[in-house]
Amino acid sequence: MAYAVEVEQLSRRFGSVAAVDGLTFRIEPGEVFGVLGPNGAGKTTTVRLLNGVLAPSGGRAWVLGLDPAAHGCELRRRTGVLTETPSLYERLTARDNLHFFGALYGVAEADLPRRVDDLLALLGLSERANHKVGSFSKGMKQRLALARALLHQPDLLFLDEPTAGLDPEAARQVTAWIEQASRERGRTVFLCTHNLAEAQRLCHRVAVLDRGRLLAVGTAAELARTLWHGLWVDVDLRTRPPGALADSLRALPGVTELTLDEDRLAVQVEGEAVIPSVVATVVGQGGQVLRVNPRVYSLEEIYFRLQRERKEGAA
Amino acid sequence: MNWRTVRTLAAKDLKEVRQNRSAWIPAIVVPLLFVVVLPLAIIVAPSAAGLPGEVLLPRQGPAGMPNPLPPALMAEVAGLDDMQAWVVLMAGYLLAPFFLVVPLMFASIVGADSFVGEKERKTLEALLYTPASDRELLVGKVLASVTPAVALAWLCFLAYGLVVNVASGPIMGRVWFPPPAWWPLMLWVAPAVATLGMAATVLISARVSTFMEAYQLSGSLVVLVVGLVLGQVAGLLLLNVETTLALGLALWLVDAALLWFGVRTFTRSELIARI
Ligand SMILES: Nc1ncnc2c1ncn2[C@@H]1O[C@H](COP(=O)(O)OP(=O)(O)OP(=O)(O)O)[C@@H](O)[C@H]1O
Ligand SMILES: [Mg+2]
Repeated sequence: MAYAVEVEQLSRRFGSVAAVDGLTFRIEPGEVFGVLGPNGAGKTTTVRLLNGVLAPSGGRAWVLGLDPAAHGCELRRRTGVLTETPSLYERLTARDNLHFFGALYGVAEADLPRRVDDLLALLGLSERANHKVGSFSKGMKQRLALARALLHQPDLLFLDEPTAGLDPEAARQVTAWIEQASRERGRTVFLCTHNLAEAQRLCHRVAVLDRGRLLAVGTAAELARTLWHGLWVDVDLRTRPPGALADSLRALPGVTELTLDEDRLAVQVEGEAVIPSVVATVVGQGGQVLRVNPRVYSLEEIYFRLQRERKEGAA
Repeated sequence: MNWRTVRTLAAKDLKEVRQNRSAWIPAIVVPLLFVVVLPLAIIVAPSAAGLPGEVLLPRQGPAGMPNPLPPALMAEVAGLDDMQAWVVLMAGYLLAPFFLVVPLMFASIVGADSFVGEKERKTLEALLYTPASDRELLVGKVLASVTPAVALAWLCFLAYGLVVNVASGPIMGRVWFPPPAWWPLMLWVAPAVATLGMAATVLISARVSTFMEAYQLSGSLVVLVVGLVLGQVAGLLLLNVETTLALGLALWLVDAALLWFGVRTFTRSELIARI
């Protein structure tokens, strides 16, 4: 068993809607894997399928080496899920909620009270431990739901839009805890989100979903390379370079495209290895180089580019 | 089957239902009515008002008409005086089916809160993500509604027995309650009725989305009880030991059929798709 999650042609239909449509991807143990996609992309449905809570209509999945459709109960002992809505018992206290779920997750009776107290303290809920959850703010409920997901120390943590609807400060707190949880015990994290900055900060790799289909999967750099075909390098110059520079650069092996306006030169190269010869050529022709910046695309640019390509492809 | 899981589920449901006033207020009021108000109204009020027994229970129809009560019922009170016959017939026979309202109502109230309430309050999803198996979830919820319903019915039976014997002491001159049919009624039929209320709620819960809808639908089962009461008055049946045992058997068969369907609708994948 090499992968934490391995999915092959996984599908789920609801009537005529393909909520999840032929997904194939793999997640390494210890990886923080992000799933991005607009509303209705199939993120929540995927989490349900991977936990054996919803039966697939096609394809296969192995999660922690188990088939969720066949060994759901066994699997769910080792996964923790932060659901999209907190899904807490509002008539019960925070402590009662955690005791209830701890018992269902099989946390030993002797360990449970301490485990609950520790998590309540960690997430800053100790003072409200004996209050009914119905009186909690959205942020507090989210923290309690996160505590529930971590209670049984799962190997694989699913987070379905963990910061949706939180104020910026609460969101940052939750993100910090997620970062911490992802570093403990080699835990694998499956993070569904609309928040691109959050994904950029937390995830090693991301998958972009749309209407149940996988548009792309990889690190941000890998996705950028496939989308923009090569690496763009911005070269800032002190003065406008001589007119012949553009032609000499085009002649360089490994340079695929360039634009030059005023004192700003942008060169597309096949890889980083080409950058020194670009700089040497510019300097050789009398260009005064101030800065050389390989362009880094944000997840946001990648995401919107993918969505645009899909729409153009569909049109 | 993991019994810690089942126990935890059942205890949580009961803890939660205790917080739902619209659920437990009727569950307290109805038994009080049966245990205290009815026996006093039947036994104490007529003698206090000085009503003679033959007015309450005419053994002869007016002006030579036949007795309006069925002969099988009258045979049960042969040899008693009018007032005694009134007490035994009312408190011992005609009111007996009403006691089934207690387990029926309680089981359907807790069942509605536990099966539909989880959906309504959006707590079902997290529950389905736990390692508890579908069967453990179902058994936990069944126990949460059936066990206390039966316990409550027995408690009411005990209290009713005390009230009836004490209140009718001056009239009867001995401890006469319960007539033999009450034992199978409480030990055999009451659990069957509680299970009926719960099983009906499980089936209903698949189709409705609020506690109130489920409560009202399963509450309509009370017509069964009213049917039993009217059936006795009309002479269609008499709740003696044999008929009570047979009634229980019939109910258990219906329960088994309903539960068989219930188990099929109660699967995670179906439940989550309908959240
Ligand atoms: N139980 C269901 N019955 C019918 N259709 C469903 C059901 N669950 C999901 N769908 C459909 O499947 C598609 C994917 O839904 P899903 O909830 O997985 O999306 P999502 O990516 O989580 O969206 P969001 O960002 O809004 O949470 C949607 O078109 C949705 O309407
Ligand atoms: Mg979702």
